[in-house]
Amino acid sequence: MDYDQINEIVILPGTNRTGKKEGFEQIVIRTGDTLSIVGPTGSGKSAFINDIEVLAQADTVTGRRILVNGAPPSDDMVRDPAKKPIALITQNTRVIADLNVSRFLDLHIKARKKHYAQDLISKTIELANEFTGEKLTESMSMTALSGGQARALLIADAILIGGTPILLLDEVENAGIFKERVITCLKEFNKTVIFVTHDPYLALGTDRRIVMQNGAVVNVLEPCGREKNVMARVSGIDYFLWNLRERIRAGDLISEEHVVHRGIGVPV
Amino acid sequence: MKIDVVRAFEDEELKEEFGIPTKKVYSGDLCPDHMGIMVLKDAIFWAQNLHSDLLIIESAGLCLRCTPYTTQAFGLAVLSAVSGSNSPLKMAPMIALADMAVVTKTDLISQAEKEVFREYIRVVAPSIDIIETNAIQGTGMRYLMNAIASHPDITDPTEIVLRGSPPLGVCTICIGKKEIGWQHHFGVIRPLEEADNIYRGD
Repeated sequence: MDYDQINEIVILPGTNRTGKKEGFEQIVIRTGDTLSIVGPTGSGKSAFINDIEVLAQADTVTGRRILVNGAPPSDDMVRDPAKKPIALITQNTRVIADLNVSRFLDLHIKARKKHYAQDLISKTIELANEFTGEKLTESMSMTALSGGQARALLIADAILIGGTPILLLDEVENAGIFKERVITCLKEFNKTVIFVTHDPYLALGTDRRIVMQNGAVVNVLEPCGREKNVMARVSGIDYFLWNLRERIRAGDLISEEHVVHRGIGVPV
Repeated sequence: MKIDVVRAFEDEELKEEFGIPTKKVYSGDLCPDHMGIMVLKDAIFWAQNLHSDLLIIESAGLCLRCTPYTTQAFGLAVLSAVSGSNSPLKMAPMIALADMAVVTKTDLISQAEKEVFREYIRVVAPSIDIIETNAIQGTGMRYLMNAIASHPDITDPTEIVLRGSPPLGVCTICIGKKEIGWQHHFGVIRPLEEADNIYRGD
């Protein structure tokens, strides 16, 4: 099955840690949907996206099943990483290859054995540079990239070279990337995105929020615009904090006037 | 049964966690795969006496150039994804005669490296069954378990032979000769000028 033929995945419920059925009948995810997974540490967020990544068939600890276009996926789709329509990027994802950026991307292009445009490597680096403030170049060593640079490059690689329709991003916001730009870009490419996140801005920005507790989904929230006003305010707070963080990173001494933020009513 | 060179702890760990009978063998001065082949028949009878359904043998894979797989058994080459994309090429003989290559820790590497790792296994063994796993989350394990469960039982242990000839004959260096240079050794010797005539597996 080609990537562009995949238009829907369905998650069927498993059980929580005490064996009780989860709080949903099915979660249908269509092309271009954005979801976030929220819940306390240890509530099963990573296990949830792992079930999607492995296209579980009641054979993981949770007992969930994943259908692709209404049917269990083929073995080929599950087992060959180049055919799996899902890319998972986590804080643990590392690049081990001792290569520079352009050779690394070239290796991935060659592994796909498809015809790609000549300038795909530079296009991918360009896109990665939209996601990070620390600019990447072709000749940089992959192993010497900062966390933010590596995450930015892996997301750009998943979009342009991997071309997978579904991206799972596990707490990538902590890695120093421009999350707004990542989100807009994923929308431009009509990607389905599932975030595991503790970030209010990211969580509120998605179409649906899956709430986890004790290893199971306990609720699926669909705000349908009801959080729009809050979102505007959170966006302001987020920008304020970003600004403050940048000042601290730049070595500034922070005075009261920096933290008295006008207009959005941030409690000081 | 775990075969290792100097120290191993897997037997104690697995016994404690799963309550299964375990055993370990230290090969010491000997190549662990050489040792494995020496004790394999005894080990099968040990397992039979315990009425075990399954005998798992893990060898240290000291130099990763061996093909210690036998007939009637299920041969698994375990490759760690974090060992670098070129490692399948370096471990070629070990992969070539295996039934299945199991790649572990795939959650720790990038998508590109996952794909390249698989490509390089295919370069070595074009039709080998490959399973990418992350044992912490259970990724890929169902295929491994199915493959093991559906493998036919041993019929006659006395008929078991090696699938190929591994480069593990006890050599002059193994028996303690310390001199450097081919002039001091016998058996398989290589001067520098003909050094490319290396073992390439079957």
